[in-house]
Amino acid sequence: MEYLIGIQGPDFVLVAADNVAASSIIQMKHDYDKMFKLSEKILLLCVGEAGDTVQFAEYIQKNVQLYKMRNGYELSPAAAANFTRKNLADYLRSRTPYHVNLLLAGYDEADGPGLYYMDYLSALAKAPFAAHGYGAFLTLSILDRYYRPDLTREEAVDLLKKCLEELNKRFILNLPSFTVRLIDKDGIHDMEKLPIGPK
Amino acid sequence: MALLDVCGISDWVKEDTFSSQKASVDRVNHFNFAALEPELAVPIGVDPAEFLKPFTDCEDGVEGVTIKLKHGTTTLAFKFQHGVMVAVDSRASAGSYVDTQLFKKVIEINPYLLGTMSGSAADCVYWERLLAKECRIYKLRNKERISVSAASKLLANMVANYRGMGLSMGTMICGWDKKGPGLYYVDDNGLRLSGNMFSTGSGNSYAYGVMDSGYRYDLTVPEAYDLAQRAIFHATHRDAYSGGTVNMYHMQETGWIKVSQEDVGELYHRFAAEKK
Repeated sequence: MEYLIGIQGPDFVLVAADNVAASSIIQMKHDYDKMFKLSEKILLLCVGEAGDTVQFAEYIQKNVQLYKMRNGYELSPAAAANFTRKNLADYLRSRTPYHVNLLLAGYDEADGPGLYYMDYLSALAKAPFAAHGYGAFLTLSILDRYYRPDLTREEAVDLLKKCLEELNKRFILNLPSFTVRLIDKDGIHDMEKLPIGPK
Repeated sequence: MALLDVCGISDWVKEDTFSSQKASVDRVNHFNFAALEPELAVPIGVDPAEFLKPFTDCEDGVEGVTIKLKHGTTTLAFKFQHGVMVAVDSRASAGSYVDTQLFKKVIEINPYLLGTMSGSAADCVYWERLLAKECRIYKLRNKERISVSAASKLLANMVANYRGMGLSMGTMICGWDKKGPGLYYVDDNGLRLSGNMFSTGSGNSYAYGVMDSGYRYDLTVPEAYDLAQRAIFHATHRDAYSGGTVNMYHMQETGWIKVSQEDVGELYHRFAAEKK
């Protein structure tokens, strides 16, 4: 039902998430933001079971900020991703596992842009592009076909639009709008919400 | 108990959430007859598995019985230019039996905060009463009223601790604070959403249909009363588990007022007469 996508370029990461908060067959909100700002240059995109997403994401968010307060410097995206994975793994075999699928996107001064794919079994993989949800079945092949490591920002947005158009065309559920954000050395930038009008 | 908490006396006693091995008095000061594990007493001659089968998901009904209660209700709330409208039905059902047609599904937390109930009546009443206690303590400590956002977050975090243990609660916290009118949906999964319009319960889809078609932000007060009442009425007409009376509240800047309580049977005849 929910959809996340991330595309990494040479000096940026582009991420998008749908805006629907649903409960069984009802859309309860049309403008729900599924991205959590962990720090000035790290975003956590989180989908999954109803209460688990916000509870887990806010827990990670507050702990990353606590690290900055205690130590005076921020966690790098790689460190934040591994910290998130460890927490997910620790809860996995407890009485209350968190059923969440995540994308973590960030920009590091030293290592550059990074996109990390994480699923509810706490598998972690650094990838050039990634997607979560049923929509991923339709769009991963588009990313395989057209992705190049040296995409410009405009080309990456066009690739993203290609994916969202495919969802509009073939995905059985209506996902009317998506929040799109771009992370680069200057921080997190909001891009225009993408509703693709009918062609 | 609230006064004891505020005075800090409870700090002396080290307690954890589930301490079945400890004293024979549990957290709520009910003597539990020195039971080592929490136990449930059942009347003689009743087979618990059979008795609970209609309320669970699994066919055999024995392993890990989680009681699934149906949210037999319709409640709704929406924000508009003159505040927040809250409307609920009043039928309490237990399976296919109607317990009462006159159940109060709106909890008046304080003069500026209302909570609606859907799901298990016991869960809703208990947790919203606990929320009322927390809101009162907040006001005593901070000398200002708690915001709607904070109140709903408190409730969401309280029930998040009981994730997976079979709580059943779908509630809307409505109020008016420094930021203006506030409306939050909170449920037993720990989901908490802020929005302009929500409806919960088994009849929610019917209520959404009528609400969405007639809603504008700039409704006048009488128009808003009419819309809220009609949405619940139409839901009670189609949903078997909703009915009784429509209880309506209006949250204004000066606090909430109870607008009306009308029987759906009478509403039916009134609306039918209007259509002619």
